[in-house]
Amino acid sequence: MNGFPILSLITFLPIIGMIIILFMPGKMGKEIKILSLVITFIQIILAVILLGNFNYNAGGIYEASSFQFLEKFRWIELTGLSWIGTIKVDYFLGVDGISVPLILLTAIVSFIAVISSWTITKSVKGFFALFLLLDTGMMGVFVSLDFFLFYIFWELMLLPMYFLIGIWGGPRKEYAAIKFFIYTLFGSVFMLLVMIALYFSASETLADGSSVFTFNLLTLMNPGNYTADGILSPLNPNNYRFIAYIALFVGFAIKIPMFTFHTWLPDAHVEAPTPISVILAGVLLKMGTYGILRISFPIFPEVTQDLAYYIALFGVINIVYGALVALAQKDFKKLIAYSSVSHMGYVLLGMASMSTTGITGAIFQMFNHGTITAMLFLIVGVVYDRAHTREINAFGGLANKMPMYTGFVTVAFFAAIGLPSLSGFISEALVFIGAFGVDEIRVLTIIATSGILLGAAYMLWTLQRIFFGEFNMKWDSVLHDLTFREYAMLIPLTIIIIFLGIYPSAMLDVMNTSVNTLVEFISRNSDIIRLSGM
Amino acid sequence: MEVGLNHFLTVSVALFSLGLYGVVTRKNAVMVLMGVELILNSANINFVAFSRFGNFGIDGQLYALFVIILAAAEAAIALAIVLNIYKTFVNVNIDEINNLKE
Amino acid sequence: MSELANINIAILILFLPLVGFTIVLFFGKRFSKVYLIEVAIITLAFILSLVLGYSKLTTYINQDLLFSFTWINFGNVPNIGPLHIDLGIKIDNLTVIMLFVVNLISMLVHIYSIAYMNGDKRFSRYFAYLGIFTFSMLGIVLTDNILMMYIFWELVGLSSYLLIGFWYEKKSASDAGKKAFLTNRIGDIGMFIVILILFTNYHSFSFDYIYSQISNGVLPFGSEAWLTAAGILVFMGAVGKSAQFPLHVWLPDAMEGPTPVSALIHAATMVAAGVYLVARIFVMLTADAMLVIALVGAVTSLFAATIALTQNDIKKVLAYSTVSQLGYMVMALGVGAYSFAFFHLVTHAFFKACLFLGSGSVIHAMHHEQDIRQMGGLKKKMPVTYYSFLIATLAISGIPLTSGFLSKDGLLAGTLAFGELTGHWLIPIMGFLVAFLTAFYMFRLVILTFHGKPRNKEKYDHTHESPFVMVLPLIVLSTLSIFFWYTPNPVSPQDGWFIGKWVQTPHTVVPESARFEFMKTDHVEEHGETAEPETPVVHSHMYEHAMHWAHYPAMILSILLGGLGILLSFLMYQWKKISADKLAEKVKALYNGSLNKWYVDEFYHSTFISGTLGLGKSLSWFDKWIVDGIVNGTATLTRLFSRISGLFDTYIVDGFVNATAFVSGFIGLNFKKLQTGKVQTYIVLVIFSILIIFFIIGPF
Repeated sequence: MNGFPILSLITFLPIIGMIIILFMPGKMGKEIKILSLVITFIQIILAVILLGNFNYNAGGIYEASSFQFLEKFRWIELTGLSWIGTIKVDYFLGVDGISVPLILLTAIVSFIAVISSWTITKSVKGFFALFLLLDTGMMGVFVSLDFFLFYIFWELMLLPMYFLIGIWGGPRKEYAAIKFFIYTLFGSVFMLLVMIALYFSASETLADGSSVFTFNLLTLMNPGNYTADGILSPLNPNNYRFIAYIALFVGFAIKIPMFTFHTWLPDAHVEAPTPISVILAGVLLKMGTYGILRISFPIFPEVTQDLAYYIALFGVINIVYGALVALAQKDFKKLIAYSSVSHMGYVLLGMASMSTTGITGAIFQMFNHGTITAMLFLIVGVVYDRAHTREINAFGGLANKMPMYTGFVTVAFFAAIGLPSLSGFISEALVFIGAFGVDEIRVLTIIATSGILLGAAYMLWTLQRIFFGEFNMKWDSVLHDLTFREYAMLIPLTIIIIFLGIYPSAMLDVMNTSVNTLVEFISRNSDIIRLSGM
Repeated sequence: MEVGLNHFLTVSVALFSLGLYGVVTRKNAVMVLMGVELILNSANINFVAFSRFGNFGIDGQLYALFVIILAAAEAAIALAIVLNIYKTFVNVNIDEINNLKE
Repeated sequence: MSELANINIAILILFLPLVGFTIVLFFGKRFSKVYLIEVAIITLAFILSLVLGYSKLTTYINQDLLFSFTWINFGNVPNIGPLHIDLGIKIDNLTVIMLFVVNLISMLVHIYSIAYMNGDKRFSRYFAYLGIFTFSMLGIVLTDNILMMYIFWELVGLSSYLLIGFWYEKKSASDAGKKAFLTNRIGDIGMFIVILILFTNYHSFSFDYIYSQISNGVLPFGSEAWLTAAGILVFMGAVGKSAQFPLHVWLPDAMEGPTPVSALIHAATMVAAGVYLVARIFVMLTADAMLVIALVGAVTSLFAATIALTQNDIKKVLAYSTVSQLGYMVMALGVGAYSFAFFHLVTHAFFKACLFLGSGSVIHAMHHEQDIRQMGGLKKKMPVTYYSFLIATLAISGIPLTSGFLSKDGLLAGTLAFGELTGHWLIPIMGFLVAFLTAFYMFRLVILTFHGKPRNKEKYDHTHESPFVMVLPLIVLSTLSIFFWYTPNPVSPQDGWFIGKWVQTPHTVVPESARFEFMKTDHVEEHGETAEPETPVVHSHMYEHAMHWAHYPAMILSILLGGLGILLSFLMYQWKKISADKLAEKVKALYNGSLNKWYVDEFYHSTFISGTLGLGKSLSWFDKWIVDGIVNGTATLTRLFSRISGLFDTYIVDGFVNATAFVSGFIGLNFKKLQTGKVQTYIVLVIFSILIIFFIIGPF
């Protein structure tokens, strides 16, 4: 695999597809769909090849040498700019154990979402062109090791998302699209500021001995690279690292979405078409938590330690609050959206523990939430496509009318509840194990366990209201059991959920070395930074 | 009583005033032209008078001749214009010939 | 057989029902006879568990068979070192006895269900569910670590949910399933927290490893309080699963499920899992934890017995009696009568399964009539059902020669000894009161159902004895309710193999300071006796004395109270010497309380459930109007601000520009009037202007 730019390929393949689609006539709807399907399928193959060639013993996180499938060359170089001097941005891609699961997730969810998009009839060409652009943006975020590049991909994904919700969405699509867009942009602004501040705080020494400012994340992680007077330099006694951390965190927290920043999510989900909900919940939310792990934690280890309690606190609020609000929802899709809020809380809690078990659980939860919630949204889509309503109380007794569908729903619901033998349990348990081991957040963890109960409560209640009891004959003519296309979406996800529930090591071993490296790196570097700041 | 410069000037002022009055008040283009002629002639009187009584040689009388020739030319052209106006408007009332206004 | 062979058999036993489940689930619709595969598989599992039990109880009687593998490996974790999560199985005497019980009852219920569930539209689905239930239950039994216990614990919860709500068209059934799952989850949270406590402290889930650490003095977070807390929290899991007060509410509702399911899950096996769990963690229970457990058990047992007195649904009576008997077992564990608690678990499993299947037989015959007021006189029509039911009733009432007598007697003796040793006399008092009540309400049930004259003639006429496949399990189970399976001496279980040889009370690992006085080992040494290394004395001499002392009083008391209960029951319902209605009228408040289950459900509904739903609703409101309101408010404010600045732009900034133009225009418009187009006017103006200029700057 040496030298083969597999990461670039996996990232830019969708863009190539998009360009081809743009040159295809708009009435070739079927061909466009097939092309998209093929491209996302190739992405899965590439992701599997990536996994197959992945060295499980390389840690990554902070050293370029232990990152894999590296691609690096100078991308932007502007010299002689008066006081700024030289701007140099690298095209720098690489993966470690933290990003590989998410790349896999993105590939799988995108593929499933394309199958789910088969019912799109309105402006097929535009939809799939934007969809593939979105795909590139998501992939790019997970492979970038340069902050500038990361930021570009981060923003790149915004634009197609805006149109995908705003054009193909439900009745209040404009409101939802704008809310999503502005909210995310609001966070991005903070991220941009921190990015620029970081740029001017650290410098990289080149081969010829000269030093330049850099966006290279790995360089930024090393406290030794900071200049003495940079505003985010740990050497500077009057630095702004604390504020910068919070600003950066807000940028990521909006995406997660963390409590108080979460209200765009239900709106976006309710209005977005099914495939976009799947992408949104399945992949987009993970970008926030991934960003925290990839950028906030290693670059600001000492602030992370100081604020770990609050991260955990918000995680717990997410868990309990999301579950309680979900309990009160009458709209099926909104309920699932709030369950996402709750489940992403586990990710925050796990990360805040800064222990191997907790962070492993958090990353695994990202993956599992991606597959489980994708499945839940597909399930909502199935019933919405047929009945054109998502009102929970409008249904009842679907179990007899749609037995296979009910079977898949049961698997997905119980996976979301965290039933052992399904993947959700492992990640939740690991998060709890990790978080409980930390003295400061032990009480919070105990409070969070109530999420186990509340999650079961709203899921089972929904299951009962929709699938059990008497069948509402109003739907007799429209509701029929799953079609081939729906099987094609639900079966792979079900297999993944069950397989990872029984054999979680398949995924945990991938991330293990990196997580250990990260945990070790944070504790070591925060000590170094604290000493240097004295 | 000896006729002096002041008498000539008085006649010239009278002529000028009459000419001006004609130019300002008459509505008929021909009459306006007549007024202009009067004004020119009052100027001529001044030229000749200052030439006789002032210490300016014959320059004044020369200019007077110029003015007379000029007046003749002017009268010729102006009358031609008036004729053309008349042809176009069947009227030589300058108040009504205002096509250039606005 | 070698150890490995035994372990392989155990693994095979574990996975056979899962295979059955998968086959039936996927092929049940296509082939209607697939359920027979499931039945065959369970039968095979039962035979294998017999083989395993024989091998274990003869060859390896004092040796545990262990097998484990690494499930999740975290590698070399910073600050901790190598960390991994292992799963494994442990076969000890308890395990093989439980394997036998679970597989036997499961097999009988499978056979019974062939007739009972015949004609149900989800017939094969039912067998699939039974398969997954058996699998999960066996997992609980076989596990050697608490994580795997939790995993199978939850799977049992799932299968219970599916089976209770099997007839999900009925709202009450789906409600009951949901209630069972959620109530169990409350208890499971406690158990889960213990998992967290233990892993945080010991980095292992293995029972054996944790116990060895505790006995080495490594306490969770270094304090006995945490150890007590851990004990009580694990017990919370048992409270949920074994339907102990205050989480007992789900079990009576669970009777919405098919009756064979009630026999299998809600009488014999799953609910016993809680007791089994407490038995598994028995060695790490501190004195405080044990006292809590004993009290909860005693209260549950009495509480449920008082409700059972007045219930009219045949299954509800049995359900409350189950709760009550489970309370007994828990109480017995709490007072340290470990082996009798487990003994009662086994005997109860048989006679209660017999009772439930017997009630199923009646219900089947009566065309799904469950109200005992509609029954009566069924003795003649259903003799086999009647006699097996009667034997089981005698067993549960603790009448000599039955298995129930042996276990109950030992258990009550344990409470008496406990009272003697610690002064907590309340516990034995409650225990004996329950013995009286149990005999009374069970005979009330028997008399009302089988004796007397039929009260609903029409239904009575259509009843008939159940088919052979339903009767066979009744016969087997009622036979198992007789003493000779357990001991040759009908009054002393200690002489038998069950208590005498198979089930030994394990060593406690709790530090001396946290034990009951009577469990302290130093007392043994004080009396100058040293424990033999092979058969260690677990309880102190003091305790042995007390047990010995309590044996006969307990036996006599329990026979007396049981007989009294039966007598009273006959007086009231058979011979009608005492009017039950008048008695009810006299203590109306108490009667209504008991009939309405002491309003616990109503209480929970009006507090916790409504509270949670209300909280959810208000938070939803908060989310929509406050959190999102702030977001939308910010948006509105921003828009308002932009509108204001827009207006400013239009009218103030642009206003200046327009005003300039306007002024110019205005001036122009007015001065335009001077431009008449008339040369004469201009001339006049010129003249005047010249004159004015002359006058201003002129020489005059």
